[in-house]
Amino acid sequence: MTDQHYTFAYLDEQTKRMIRRAILKGIAVPGYQVPFASREMPMPYGWGTGGVQVTAACLTPEDRLKVIDQGADDTTNAVSIRKFFARTAGVATTERTTEATVIQTRHRIPETPLRAGQILVYQVPIPEPLRFLEPRETETRKMHELEEYGLTHVKLYEDIARHGQIATAYAYPVKVEGRYVMDPSPIPKFDNPKLSGSPAIQLFGAGREQRIYALPPWTQVESLDFDDHPFQASKAPHDCDLCGAAHSYLDEVITDDRGGRMFVCSDTDFCAGRRAKGHVGRLGEPA
Amino acid sequence: MTLLQPSEFSTKIRSPDQPLLRVEDLTRRYGPRIGCAEVSFDLYPGEVLGIVGESGSGKSTLLSCLAGHQRPDLGRIAYDGRDVLAMTETERRRLSRTDWAYVHQNPRDGLRMGVSAGGNVGERLMAVGARHYGDIRAKAVDWLGRVEIAADRVDDRPTAFSGGMQQRLQIARNLVTGPRLVFMDEPTGGLDVSVQARLLDLLRGLVRDLGLSVIIVTHDLAVVRLLAHRLMVMKSGRVVEQGLTDQVLDDPQHAYTQLLVSSVLQV
Repeated sequence: MTDQHYTFAYLDEQTKRMIRRAILKGIAVPGYQVPFASREMPMPYGWGTGGVQVTAACLTPEDRLKVIDQGADDTTNAVSIRKFFARTAGVATTERTTEATVIQTRHRIPETPLRAGQILVYQVPIPEPLRFLEPRETETRKMHELEEYGLTHVKLYEDIARHGQIATAYAYPVKVEGRYVMDPSPIPKFDNPKLSGSPAIQLFGAGREQRIYALPPWTQVESLDFDDHPFQASKAPHDCDLCGAAHSYLDEVITDDRGGRMFVCSDTDFCAGRRAKGHVGRLGEPA
Repeated sequence: MTLLQPSEFSTKIRSPDQPLLRVEDLTRRYGPRIGCAEVSFDLYPGEVLGIVGESGSGKSTLLSCLAGHQRPDLGRIAYDGRDVLAMTETERRRLSRTDWAYVHQNPRDGLRMGVSAGGNVGERLMAVGARHYGDIRAKAVDWLGRVEIAADRVDDRPTAFSGGMQQRLQIARNLVTGPRLVFMDEPTGGLDVSVQARLLDLLRGLVRDLGLSVIIVTHDLAVVRLLAHRLMVMKSGRVVEQGLTDQVLDDPQHAYTQLLVSSVLQV
């Protein structure tokens, strides 16, 4: 079979239309989980079927696509999805955050600030922020409807009671425009402040759970906390060992079996960009 | 109509002349069968009403209709002069988080078993907007003390507690927001007698100190003898006899009540 047998961006036009409707509804009601008829995609659930469908519905032939997985452009998931759209949509691809018009991401927000006109598509495994506290879907819907969000604080209370601080480090619940409590997908809480007031459109797709939700540009997003235990965006207390960046989110890499380790930027494009400009970290070599 | 904040309850003058809860002709059917039928009563502030009857007599159906877990087919419920059945769901759920409390027979139904004792007690506070960890925790410890649970158990999960402790924890969790009306469904069921006795003692003290109005459903006549001021006897979904507790138990008029009273084993 040749590539011409696919409709543009793999999905048929009616499906894309249905997804676009869900996206528009999500943008109209920020943070609200819109059900949609998620399709089977040629990849397993958990690999980003929701994000891929949202991306497919957003792409135009003029777009330039970037795909990241935990911040990296060169991991299996990112490479596969990028190739998938290069083949089925024929769109240009890039690894540069600044050049991309559509960015599909798994578990990170790029370090480089986004700009107006860009779309950031998140892959979401479990869209319901209340799920682990309340297993009944009928009940969680009612709680969203009636704004009964005391339970999210019970989770944070338990964190402090057990660990002395809010130990939730990723998928940290947020409140959107003072209304819906939303799961920001498993991004580190370091990225939470970037959700708020972003000039880009942020779309969230959960394929298995069949939900789409969205943050339109300039939406106010507030991370939940206690008055005496305020929210803190945390990261490893190091600089990047390759580019020396002090304020980027770091991955810890074990380098040998004698306790050797290094910390590197999880955002590979950001790190490479800094090194190209001549920044060198503790273990890096000048470019 | 706006609801009161929990802090306002104590300042609000409670008039003992007005019934807190007025129930008229409450009927709930399950298809052709009757759950409970034509139940009417008034409950005054500070009063404890016992509902007794055998299994299947409709007492639990009645309680769940009153607490808003089920919608009755017919009848009226007025709480503090307001029509409960005409309220929006938001109002009713808010009421059941602040003014009302519901103690389940099985503490596992009323507790979050995966959450620490402190979190269980604090949940209702957080649900009505408490956002200060230190305050919530202090209040949780205070309430654990009132139900005789040691302060160092505050971070243990209810799974590590005995049945009696779980039931006391459930009571603390319900009373922390200062409710005025408490529904209890067999609160001593499944506990051995010595634990039962201590729980009843505790309940009696709390009811007296806090001036709670209580509706208590049980099939244990000893429990109502100790706790209830007034008694309603139900059979086949209908109230067959009601009156002062001692009067009903010592001088039963209806044949079924006589049977019930004479069935109790004398030790």
